[in-house]
Amino acid sequence: MNLLKQREPLLALMVIALILLVGMRAPVFLTTQSLANLLTDSTLLVMLALTQMLVIVTRGIDLSVASTLALSGMVAAMLAATHPELPLALVMLAACVTGLALGLVNGYLIGVLALPPIVVTLGTMSVYRGLVFVLSSGAWVSAHHMPANFIAFPLQRLFGLPHLVWIALAAVIAMACLARHSRFGRDLYAIGNAPHCAAYIGIPSARRLLWTYGLSGMVAGLCGYLWVARYAVAYTEIAYGFEFTVIAACVIGGVSIAGGVGSVLGAALGALFLSVIGNALPVLQVSPFWQSALTGAVILVAVLLNARGNRHRSRQILPLHQPEPTASRSATA
Amino acid sequence: MNATTMTDTDAPSRSASRYTILDREKPALRHLVTRWESLLALLLLAVFVAGGVTLPHFLDPYNLLDGTANFSEKALIALPMALLIICREIDISVAGTLALSSVAMGMAHHAGAPAEALLFVALGTGLACGWLNGFLVTRFMLPSIVVTIGTIALYRGLASVALGDQAFTHYPQLMADWGQGTFFGVVPRAFVILLGFALLFALVLHATTVGRRIYAIGNNPAAARFSGVAVDRYRLGLFMLTGAMAGLAAFLLTGRIGSTRPNIATGWELEIITMVILGGVSIAGGAGTIGGVLLAVLTMGAVTYGLALANVPGIYMTIVVGVLLLSTIALSRLLRGKPTRH
Amino acid sequence: MPVNQLTRPPTPAASADAPVLQLTGITKRFNGIHALNGVRMTIRAGEVMALIGENGAGKSTLVKTLTGIHRPDDGVIMLDGQAVSFGSPQEAMAAGITAVHQETVMFDELSVAENIYVGRHPTRGATRRIDWGRIEADAGRLFARLEVSIPVRARVRDLSVAQRHFVEIARALSQDARVVIMDEPTAALSQREIRELYRIIEQLRVAGTAVIFISHKFDEIFAVADRYTVLRDGQFVAEGSLADIREPELVALMVGRAVHQAYPKADVEIGAPLLEVCKLSHPTEFQDVSFSLRKGEILGFYGLVGAGRSEVMQALFGLTNDVRGSVTLEGRAARFACPSEAIAHGLAYVPEDRQQHGAHLMLPIQHNITLPILSRFGFFSRARAEAQVARRFAEQLELKAAHLTQPVAELSGGNQQKVVLGKWLATDPKVIILDEPTKGIDIGSKAAVHRFVSELVERGLSVILVSSELPEVLGLADRVVVMRQGRVVREFARADASPEAVVAAASGVVLEVAA
Repeated sequence: MNLLKQREPLLALMVIALILLVGMRAPVFLTTQSLANLLTDSTLLVMLALTQMLVIVTRGIDLSVASTLALSGMVAAMLAATHPELPLALVMLAACVTGLALGLVNGYLIGVLALPPIVVTLGTMSVYRGLVFVLSSGAWVSAHHMPANFIAFPLQRLFGLPHLVWIALAAVIAMACLARHSRFGRDLYAIGNAPHCAAYIGIPSARRLLWTYGLSGMVAGLCGYLWVARYAVAYTEIAYGFEFTVIAACVIGGVSIAGGVGSVLGAALGALFLSVIGNALPVLQVSPFWQSALTGAVILVAVLLNARGNRHRSRQILPLHQPEPTASRSATA
Repeated sequence: MNATTMTDTDAPSRSASRYTILDREKPALRHLVTRWESLLALLLLAVFVAGGVTLPHFLDPYNLLDGTANFSEKALIALPMALLIICREIDISVAGTLALSSVAMGMAHHAGAPAEALLFVALGTGLACGWLNGFLVTRFMLPSIVVTIGTIALYRGLASVALGDQAFTHYPQLMADWGQGTFFGVVPRAFVILLGFALLFALVLHATTVGRRIYAIGNNPAAARFSGVAVDRYRLGLFMLTGAMAGLAAFLLTGRIGSTRPNIATGWELEIITMVILGGVSIAGGAGTIGGVLLAVLTMGAVTYGLALANVPGIYMTIVVGVLLLSTIALSRLLRGKPTRH
Repeated sequence: MPVNQLTRPPTPAASADAPVLQLTGITKRFNGIHALNGVRMTIRAGEVMALIGENGAGKSTLVKTLTGIHRPDDGVIMLDGQAVSFGSPQEAMAAGITAVHQETVMFDELSVAENIYVGRHPTRGATRRIDWGRIEADAGRLFARLEVSIPVRARVRDLSVAQRHFVEIARALSQDARVVIMDEPTAALSQREIRELYRIIEQLRVAGTAVIFISHKFDEIFAVADRYTVLRDGQFVAEGSLADIREPELVALMVGRAVHQAYPKADVEIGAPLLEVCKLSHPTEFQDVSFSLRKGEILGFYGLVGAGRSEVMQALFGLTNDVRGSVTLEGRAARFACPSEAIAHGLAYVPEDRQQHGAHLMLPIQHNITLPILSRFGFFSRARAEAQVARRFAEQLELKAAHLTQPVAELSGGNQQKVVLGKWLATDPKVIILDEPTKGIDIGSKAAVHRFVSELVERGLSVILVSSELPEVLGLADRVVVMRQGRVVREFARADASPEAVVAAASGVVLEVAA
């Protein structure tokens, strides 16, 4: 079936199959409560994977997302702790703006100065992580420092689903529109496919990259607030190493590290897949120590499957079917 | 026609060509000054001057030698990492390899293996981890960044599984002797090992045909292949070498701290890559020197040392490292000019 | 031929004589050297102007100036009577000047329809959503107008080279181009596709678009163009109507001197078969390829682009897996598993793509030349011995460079090719395979390479010459093997190889013998 050859339906099927498999061993996994938990737990990874996908599509990478998340989360937590009377919307806005600013720094260095993304985000990752310490002086912001509404918001329910899920859903839809139906998004694919040609055609690559990394930072900022609010704690090392999980989600979702290829649905499904594994392990009573190893194995399998199309393509020169007899032509014509 | 004899003493007779070609460009001071390594040397000097002026005991030789402990093991891994990056590859999994090697040593020791064998256990584990990386990259033509993102999770995961809740301790004295011991009571052994390997790597990269081929692969892998260079074999070899050096670093580190915990060497991969990039190795491949990497290692080490002396928390080091990396890459772009985006 | 007006109809010229494009005194300097010096050109609506000149004459600089990549230091560009100046390619495209390049500007993973509109997708509604419906419909109309059938949703990655050219032409049309510049458009096209291209150019002409046609192939120039402009060394030399001139005069104008297309043919005794290839096959690239190369012979391999010749040569050199069949060199088995084996046995392969496969552009000349033979120096690299070897071959080939440690990227195309040739000569081969050795090289250097090929056989090498330039193959080769679609279709001895017969074999056309 042609549909099965595409990545996204296959991935969706695999996610469902995995859930069912786990459910067979531990039926408690299939209860609505457990599935709802699964959905909620996956939201942050899904959101970060979406913007990381856009970055990777442009042949870039953003290793600084986890540090941006931590710094923005700390900003939000400290703001709420010292000024509990501030409306929550303002605190969330502060987190988003912090993330946006941090992302724009990346975007400027990568887009305008044309520095290599892996090195830039390696640097900013270190700087931002250090800044969390400087900002908080190493102190933790704990649950009792935070106002009640600050902590409650992510898990509060609206029409039966937590805010987290609604936000993630909105993010998926927004990103899908951006990637498929906006010039901004289509330009990113062009830049990732053929950067020289994109410049020639007149696509404003510098601006596009600036705002792509800005967007990545902003979403990381929002996730920063959601993270510290949901887990009710903010300290220097939160989300340490999370950037690799995000990238892994993209790779599993079929986003090519070489750029130009990737879909919103794929990235979201890849994130969902990783979340299922993470949630399934405790339910299956597998020691949590296996999680990292399993994630690693899944990434390797995903990359292998991804790259099957990349094998040194030999050109198809021999005709695949018999050619029709060619017309004859008089030599004296 | 005879084979090209290397002791070709034919006098450069009638040069049939109407063009004269010099052997090399006339060396000019300008060339020396704009080299990355010169700037790094200046930076290192500046750090020493600043440290010496502001901090008492900064220039105390015993303190300095003590301070080498915080970078010797990392720098050992930076050496093969430089070669990998020159070849346009990267290995994010080195810290995972180190952790797994350390765990393997712990398990071997627990099972009664003699102290002398532990080094080989570590090296062997490192080689195996490196081999897996290299195999996946060369056999299936996968991009090394995603492969090693996968293998670091795999290796660290396996290490955690084997370790569980405990830590391995009570390692034999032999390891402590090498990890934290000194020669002549003063010079740390690990530092000497680092210098020795740095010399070896520099020799191989800059003075042998092996190094020449590595630069060729980094400059243009397709053309290298067309010229008869066994590109895939070199890549596999470099990944295995990186794994082995990570194993060696595991031996020294475990000896120094005396235990194996699940979070051993966390975050090392990024510091090591920073050392290499700061050392002037281009992320695009084909350029860089071991001397530069060593200068970068010493500079970063000196800054860490200075901060420690000034009682500044270690986390500030991450900011310094990040800023150093960003400013040097921006500076390099200014010096070398904006490349066409590719 | 019906022409469907796509957007606004092309503006008719104010009077039949008003030129669409007029260049006067165009001058462009790079580092003090004149790439263009006072160039002028005039093109009228519906006219096809052939831009003629050797490599290095300034054609590509002129094209880049017209398409907005460079700004002229001096001179005026008038488009439809208005003076214009472009700061970027996008501005030039918006004004109506587009180019179809040899290296097509294509985005592989995007669809055909999107490639036409990349960077300027039409939007609709207040939200400025991309109007995919319109994009696909317009693309369909454009292809219908061009009378080519390319599915609009196909990914460009799956298209052939010819189809990519047609997509670029469709893109030019969709921008209501007043001037379309075609730079060597037929390099990779088959005869049938070339005829389709002529038809499309005719359509453009009828629609009033001016076409600048750049080509080295005079038969095409005479077939499709009306007028010509000749450039030499960055300067305007002549212009006129193609009806009033013939090829030898054009060549003379181009080169500045009368050129005898003489191919130096050395008088060498041809010996016994040296390399024998028997039923060499690959699952997708070639099938049942058999031929033999005799000592001292120049064996020409002719065929259209994509016929499989390079693939056969790369397989002989050990670069390909999955190869079946037998190869013997000097009687010994020679199915090599990797290039270093092939080199050790005396085979050398000079690849077609100099920049991608031939040379390491950022490495010094010396390193380039000694790379394949590094193992002969032992483990340690010996700079002086290497320099000696490099110098020997640099001088043999009359390389023009400042010093041996100069990066190859700084050399001209012809000199870069000399470095590549020098590298392969240094391996001391018995058989050397040259894959399109004069591609993209100016006439002067071409002649030098041809002389050199003759010298090779004088020195005792045997040469396989893969070339798509008929005069070159016919002039140099002792025998010609013609390949088509992965198979060897015919072999000609030098005496029997007439241009018509060879081209017919390569195109799969069966010639009837006149009764």
